[in-house]
Amino acid sequence: MYAMNKLLRELADSQPDSRAVEQFLRCHSFPLVDPQGVTFVYQGQAESVQLLHWVYGLPSQQPFQRLQGTGLWHLHLELPLGSRIEYKLNVRKDGRSEWIQDPLNRLQAHDPFGANSVCRASGYRRPDWTRPDPEACPGRLDEIRLRSRVFSRQERVGVYVPPRFRKTRRYPLLIVHDGDDYLNYSQLQTVLDNLIHRLEVPALIVALTNAGERLNEYAGQDAHAEFLTRELVPRLAKDFPLIGEPSARGLMGASFGAVAALHAAWKAPGYYGRLLLQSGSFAFSDIGKHGHGETFDPVVEFMNRFRRNPGRPSERVFVSCGIYESLIYESRSLIPLLQETGMQVRFQEAPDGHNWENWRDRLRDALSWLFPGPLWMVYE
Amino acid sequence: MADVVFLGPQRLQPSVDQILEKLGVQGPVCAVTAGWQEREGEVEELQRHLDRQVFDLKLYSRADRLFAHNPLLRKAHSRRQAMLRDQQRAYRLRLYHALEALRSLEQLPNSSSARSSQIRAAMTALRQLDRHHLRRIEQIHSRFPETSIPERGTREEVLALLSSCRAVLIAGGHIAVLLNRLRLFGLHRQLQDKTVIAWSAGAMALCDRVVLFHDRPPQGAGDAEVFEKGLGIVKGVIALPQAGQRLVLDDRQRISRLARRMSPAHCLTLDPGSFLHFRSDRLVECRQSSRLMPRGSLMHPKAENVRHEQALA
Repeated sequence: MYAMNKLLRELADSQPDSRAVEQFLRCHSFPLVDPQGVTFVYQGQAESVQLLHWVYGLPSQQPFQRLQGTGLWHLHLELPLGSRIEYKLNVRKDGRSEWIQDPLNRLQAHDPFGANSVCRASGYRRPDWTRPDPEACPGRLDEIRLRSRVFSRQERVGVYVPPRFRKTRRYPLLIVHDGDDYLNYSQLQTVLDNLIHRLEVPALIVALTNAGERLNEYAGQDAHAEFLTRELVPRLAKDFPLIGEPSARGLMGASFGAVAALHAAWKAPGYYGRLLLQSGSFAFSDIGKHGHGETFDPVVEFMNRFRRNPGRPSERVFVSCGIYESLIYESRSLIPLLQETGMQVRFQEAPDGHNWENWRDRLRDALSWLFPGPLWMVYE
Repeated sequence: MADVVFLGPQRLQPSVDQILEKLGVQGPVCAVTAGWQEREGEVEELQRHLDRQVFDLKLYSRADRLFAHNPLLRKAHSRRQAMLRDQQRAYRLRLYHALEALRSLEQLPNSSSARSSQIRAAMTALRQLDRHHLRRIEQIHSRFPETSIPERGTREEVLALLSSCRAVLIAGGHIAVLLNRLRLFGLHRQLQDKTVIAWSAGAMALCDRVVLFHDRPPQGAGDAEVFEKGLGIVKGVIALPQAGQRLVLDDRQRISRLARRMSPAHCLTLDPGSFLHFRSDRLVECRQSSRLMPRGSLMHPKAENVRHEQALA
C-alpha cells in the first residue's frame, strides 16, 4: 500500500473520464502539497516515469506509479515541513529516456547548468526580501579591471555600489566568490538592495569575483588567496572608501567558493574578520584516500592541513548547509573545529539542497549577523 | 513654545509643504539634517518640494570641524560616547533578563494566584530599570559639560541662520547622531520661539525620552530599549516612527507591554501621512496616528493634554 494524496485518491475513486482529469489538472497546482509531503504528478504516455532529485540519503531516482484509468502517473514523497527541493522527471518513452522539467509545475530554479523544477513543501515560503521592493533604492553594478601579476591575466571584477553611495563615507567590504552566479541565481543584487533599505545590513561595497579556472583556483589554491589579499583588496581600497578594518572586511562563497573563502582567510589570519561559508565542499580524510574524486584532491589536501592547524583565520563565521546535501556531514564536522579556534561561529541548517536558492534564502540571517545594520538607530 | 509638528517618514509621502502652508509660515526655513550624516545638506529635493529656500544648519559637518580643531572637545566627546555605550550595553543585559522574567510570568496560567501580582511587580522592576538607566545617562552627560559648549564663532553662525527663519525642520535619520549634534549646539534653547516641524528621528529627539524599537529584527529578541533623554520639547510622548513596519501592531501582548512600560507617557505612532500638532505641550490636532494602549489596542490619540510631568518620575 503506498501513500497517496487525498485529492488524487478522490479523483481515482471517482473513476474519472478524460474531461474530469483535465479539470483536475486545471484546478490544482503541482506537485500537490500537504503536511505529510508532496505528490508529483505526470500526465502522458510513457513506459516509466521517475523522479530525479538531489536529496542525499534517498534513492536519487524514484519510480512513479500509474493511476489506473486516468493516464496519470504519481509519486508521493514525504518531505519535512519547510523543505524545498529541486528535481527533474526522467520519462521513458519508445525505448528512450529523457530528463525533463515537470510540465505541470511552473516553478523553476536556474543555475549554470540550466533549470530544474522546484518543489516547495508545506511551510516553505520564499522570503519577501528576495523579491524586488519598489521602495528600496537600487545600488549600482560597476566593474573594475586589474592586471593580476599572480595569475598573469586581466581580471574583471564586478562591484556592487550601494544606494546613496558617498565618497565622504567609509564602507565595509564583502568579497563574493562566483559573483555572477550569486547575481543571476541568488538575486544577490535584489537581496542587498532590500537588506540595506531595511537597515538590516549597512551600506556596503561588494566585490563580485569570478574564477578563471574555478575547480583549481577555488580548491585551496595559494595563488587565489594571494590575488584576493595582495591585489584585489588594495585595488578596491584605492578605488572606494573602505573602512579598512578586519571587522569590516568579509569573504563569502558557496560550495568550492566557500573553500576558497576559508582558505584565503586562513592564509591571512585576522585580515578578513567576517566569513560566510555556504554548503562548503569541506571534504577531508582522516585516513587513506577520500572518496570524492580527483577534483577534490587539492580541497582534501587543504582541509586536512586546515584541520590539523586551523589557527584563528577570522573573527566571526557564518556557516550554512542544506540537510539534503551530502556536504552536511562535512559542515557539521567543521563546526566544533571552528568553535575551538575562539571565533564566533553560527551554523544554520536548512531543509534544502546544494543550490543557489538555498544560498539565497540564508543571506538575511548571515549578512545581518556578520554586518549588523543600523536598524535600531536610523529612523528616516 | 510655538507650534511643534511631528510627521511620519517623508521620503515617499512628503507633506512638509502642506504643513508650512497650514501654519502660515512664509519665507525661508532652516533645516537640521545632521541625522543624514554624510548626506547632510543635500536638501535640493526638500527645497523643490517646499518651493522655498532652505538653510541647512549643517550641524554634522560643523561638529566634525569643531572636533578637528579642538582636541580637548573631541577627547571629551569620545570619552562621553564610550561611557554611554558601556552604560547601554550594561542596561541591555539587565533589560533582557527583566523582560524575560515578565514574559515568563505572562505565560503562567490565569488560575495561578501569584500571576497578576508578580506581573505587576515585574513591570515595576522593568520601569525602575528604565528610570535608573536614564538617570545614569544624565549623570554621564553632566560629567562632560564642555561637550555642549561649541566655540563662540560656530554658535553665532548657527544663531544667525536661525534668526533668519520662522520655522525649523528637523529631518529623521540616525537618532544618536542627530540628538548628539542638537545637544552639542544647544539647539533646544534656540527653538523656543520657532515653529518646529520634525519627522521620524527628528520627532524622537524632541521628546523627553528616546526609545529604540523593532519587534522583528533579523537578530536578537527585538526588545525596545530606552536610549537617551531627548530634548524634552514635547513632554509625555514617545514617538514611534515607522511603527507599521517596526512593530507587530496586532500583537496585543507586545503592544500592552510597551504601553504600560512607558506609561504615563503616550506612545504615538508616526507612519507615512501621520500628523501630530502640539502647542504649549498640548496635542491640538492629530491625523493618521495611533496611541498604543495599556490593554494592547490602538486608539486614535485625542487632542488632549499629553503633558505628564510625572513621565520621568
